[in-house]
Amino acid sequence: MISMIVRRLAQMIFVMFGISVVVFLIFFATPGADPASRIAGRNASPETLAAVRKDFGLDRPVPVQYAIMMKRLFITQDLTSFVNRGQKVVPSVMGAVPVTLSLVIGAAILWVIGGIVVGVMAAAWRGSVLDRGLMIVGLIGVSMPVFWLGEMMNLVSQSRFHDSFLFSWVPGLGYTPLTQDPFGWFKALVIPWMTLAVLYIGLYGRVLRASLIEASQEDYIRTARSKGLSETQVLLRHALRTSLITFVTLFGLDFGALVGGGALLTEVVFGLQGVGKLTYDALQNLDLPMIMATVIYASFFVVTANFLVDLLYAFLDPRVRQDA
Amino acid sequence: MSMTSEDLPSDFPAAVALKRRPAAGPWITAWRKLRRDRAAMAALGVLLLVLLLCLLATAYARHVAHTDPFVSNISGSFTLDGVTRPVLEPSTTGLGLGFTPIGPTWNINGYFLGADNQGRDVAARILYGGRNSLLIAGTSTLICLVLATVIGVVAGFMGGLVDAVLSRLLDVLWAFPIYLLAISLSIVLISKGFDIGPISITSGSLWLPIFIIGIVYVPYVARPIRGEVLSLKSSEFVLAAIGLGVPSLRILWKDVLPNVMTRVIVFVPIMIALNMLTESALSFLSIGVQAPDASWGTIIQDGQTMLYTRPIVALAPGLAIVITVLALNVLGDGVRDALDPKSKLRIGGA
Repeated sequence: MISMIVRRLAQMIFVMFGISVVVFLIFFATPGADPASRIAGRNASPETLAAVRKDFGLDRPVPVQYAIMMKRLFITQDLTSFVNRGQKVVPSVMGAVPVTLSLVIGAAILWVIGGIVVGVMAAAWRGSVLDRGLMIVGLIGVSMPVFWLGEMMNLVSQSRFHDSFLFSWVPGLGYTPLTQDPFGWFKALVIPWMTLAVLYIGLYGRVLRASLIEASQEDYIRTARSKGLSETQVLLRHALRTSLITFVTLFGLDFGALVGGGALLTEVVFGLQGVGKLTYDALQNLDLPMIMATVIYASFFVVTANFLVDLLYAFLDPRVRQDA
Repeated sequence: MSMTSEDLPSDFPAAVALKRRPAAGPWITAWRKLRRDRAAMAALGVLLLVLLLCLLATAYARHVAHTDPFVSNISGSFTLDGVTRPVLEPSTTGLGLGFTPIGPTWNINGYFLGADNQGRDVAARILYGGRNSLLIAGTSTLICLVLATVIGVVAGFMGGLVDAVLSRLLDVLWAFPIYLLAISLSIVLISKGFDIGPISITSGSLWLPIFIIGIVYVPYVARPIRGEVLSLKSSEFVLAAIGLGVPSLRILWKDVLPNVMTRVIVFVPIMIALNMLTESALSFLSIGVQAPDASWGTIIQDGQTMLYTRPIVALAPGLAIVITVLALNVLGDGVRDALDPKSKLRIGGA
């Protein structure tokens, strides 16, 4: 177990280093334009360009540039935006994290419950009309662009049916901090949560159904049946427990990916000022230091989340502990 | 030693039967299975219909709707059923400022789905946009699968240092959030274009989103292919070929690649679906297809500003995406069942 943790930890550090190098190369070493003019933003004066060159050590060798960049991102954390003058980017990213976490955690709770309900129901009534219907609806959920679904939700809840009793409670777009007004926080996030969860309910329902059906052909299920357990007990106590291992892996990857930028489109559509919206605004203003910060921090979060999932996985499944 | 149908006397009944019906190859068997799958065939029909409609974009714009969907028509007017109306009408709601584009006429002779805020025909733009969406999704899938197959096969077959380097590279890309990688690449490429040696891509080119989307999903395909090659390498028929002294390149070509190809084909429809969703997202974020070109994603973005007044502008291209991606996913299920009998046991088998 210990050697496995150490190995995964080393792997994680290597991947983080790799990502930082890739990001650095994309922003500083892609042929085509001078990195100073990219970082300084549109219509920068020659003085700003000169200051950027000096600040980022652009006249020095590439490895030195990399070291300066990393120092400014992680140690001194004094990287500043040139578009919004003087705005320190690392604190801005940190300030946006609670919004993204609120959105993703709420949606995750919805999709885990929804995915399990859909998957178990479809597997229990395999081949029935219910099964087929759930799988078709799930497939439609997987096939929708999330930003479009969000817009349609806005159309219904903010405009067309806002005056009806169904949606009159929906507040205007935006985020209310949990500490300020817990009920307002909840109301502001219900529609975004549902929007974000739809895709994953479809995906997880399908995966869980397939995995439950696969499990139903295993020996231990036959044993459970021959012991005289009811179908419900076999399904929920025996088959579901093993199938949840796949579920946990998928969940860790998706959760990490969403916090690390995947929720971007949902945040943009609903005007939630999270890390994704920060990245989007920086993209519209071509604010490179901000994008570098969000990309690096978000991907590091994803890598850390994957590492934690690996640990949890080893904890759940003894086989992984041994052969790792 | 070996007896084939040719060695048998021709009046031998079984040999006659064998000659008349040669054993179907794996591809033909798979195609026959797919053809019996009614959902997959319906999906294929929908896809061909979408493709046909999009190919007719120019004909529709020129000869049916009589409009140029790439030129703004802010002060224009048009005549329908003897009534002439401006394309952009003054707003009647709010402060009465600004203009509202005309809504759907449901008449294919002009503004079937209404106009966008530049006064352009939305229906014609959706047909043109569909061409770009399909082109980008298809071409980037081709790039992704070729790159992933080469990387996966080389890493799995060569092993050793090559495998170690390639696998670590895939690990890094795998951990990189897709949209952030695409955003990083787009922001440096879209503003200034790309120039390495003989390859020169201008900033508005469709090749930029194709190239970006083609790269970001490589690890998702390359990893399973590498795994497949590794398991093939220790399979009995490859070990037998090695034992017989067959040169390794020939083993790669004759024994490994054909088996990997079925897995690659299974990826085709689902990757096109995924790439189409990614393209629409990037275009929505204004880092995909660049104006005045259109794709379904950019039209949804155009429609965002008038979502509450003319929702059809955002609604229609989104529906086009849902229908196309859904059909691709259904086809993907069918192709997987047809090519991989094991998965049929797992997923279907009611």
